[in-house]
Amino acid sequence: MISQKLQEAIAGVSDKVDVVIAYQQGFDKLHATPCFVKKPEEIKNLIWNPLCVHNLTSYLPSLKKKKVAVLAKGCDSRTIAQFVQEGLINRDNVTIIGIPCSGVISVNKVLQAINHEPVEDVSFDEKGNITVKTSKGEKTMSLQDVSPDKCKTCRYPTPLIYDVLAGDPIVSDKSFDDAYADIKDFEGKTLEERLKYWEGEFDRCIRCYACRNACPMCVCQDSCIAETRDPHWISQRATLSEKFMFHMIHALHLAGRCVECGECERVCPMNIPVNKLKRKINLDMKELYNYEPGVNPEDKPPMFTFNVDEVTIKEHKI
Amino acid sequence: MPEVASQELRIVGFLCNWCSYGGADTAGVSRFKQPTDIRIIRVPCSGRVDPLFVVKALLNGADGVLVSGCHPRDCHYSDGNFYARRRLEMLKRLLPFLGIDEKRFYYTWVSASEGARWQQTVTDFTKRIHELGPLHAKKEVTP
Repeated sequence: MISQKLQEAIAGVSDKVDVVIAYQQGFDKLHATPCFVKKPEEIKNLIWNPLCVHNLTSYLPSLKKKKVAVLAKGCDSRTIAQFVQEGLINRDNVTIIGIPCSGVISVNKVLQAINHEPVEDVSFDEKGNITVKTSKGEKTMSLQDVSPDKCKTCRYPTPLIYDVLAGDPIVSDKSFDDAYADIKDFEGKTLEERLKYWEGEFDRCIRCYACRNACPMCVCQDSCIAETRDPHWISQRATLSEKFMFHMIHALHLAGRCVECGECERVCPMNIPVNKLKRKINLDMKELYNYEPGVNPEDKPPMFTFNVDEVTIKEHKI
Repeated sequence: MPEVASQELRIVGFLCNWCSYGGADTAGVSRFKQPTDIRIIRVPCSGRVDPLFVVKALLNGADGVLVSGCHPRDCHYSDGNFYARRRLEMLKRLLPFLGIDEKRFYYTWVSASEGARWQQTVTDFTKRIHELGPLHAKKEVTP
């Protein structure tokens, strides 16, 4: 199920680490699920295909004291670089098996296309198509049509940091401006339109906190101020202002830290564009401090530091 | 919060203990005339002001929020306002993205001796908020 090169890469490191985090098949052929490999014979269960969407590096801070090897796509590798910047992991304990990735699949988009019928079989062909077989027949889709939005503007298909690279590096032709074109577009709307947009989006929120739980950078875990009673930032009421406030907490706690792995949007059951606020802040961070999260492990996150003379911040006048 | 007067709006001010709160006190002791729309919350340092304080205030009924601390390089804790400056600038740029007019939020630096500057800041900011009108008017009218 996985290429020879990847198998060798995993076998090569597995005896030096406590656990290898990779992917295996989930409850059906359309779903992959994380897999913790502790014995070499378990490697045969692993899979690697465009359905391997999860950001496995999310587990690293909680396994800080263990020796771990982890599979990382280009976007996932930014998470690791950000962890290193913030001292959340010990780089010496982590072995990164980088996989150049030409784009994953949005399982939600596939499910929508097949009308949520139970999946019997899934196959991929060389032309870049996915074929899903259900009891109602087969459906073939181009991978590009069912890829998540983040893959369409991906600038880092090859991991930025890795110890072993399983595969040939892929070069992206996308630019920074491509990646933030939708943010710039949105800024062209009027204030009223923007407020109405966000109220409409956040009103659908059911406060399941899946976006927070899936977020690799949300490291407060059980102390998240969205749930603590002391301080009591937000109540349990299902009103728009409480939902709005929750998303503001998530966005502001990720200011200048979000690596845009897209996990929050992937797990959102209500399809709220949760990542958009964080990407707006990232755009500002680039403009103000020429900083991009998770690109260089040596960087310092902008909110963790300051310049005495901030040349880019102009004093405001009333 | 009962409405004091029909014309009055709600402005929340976060003032650092060492400079701006002293500056506001100086303005008071000097008997400078100031608008009364502002409710001042004293914080140890402008670095204590979490951008979420501002958001929470704006979402829960404030029409404007003012944050004031010591001038850069004058912080009592030497670098609190440097961190504050970065955070507040980030918020200032985020608010319009959400559809909240960034004019409703203002951050500045006022030292303890600058009573007149404080008076000017409050007067100008209150005037601006009055020009913008209440933030939550529509929601309060609908039954």
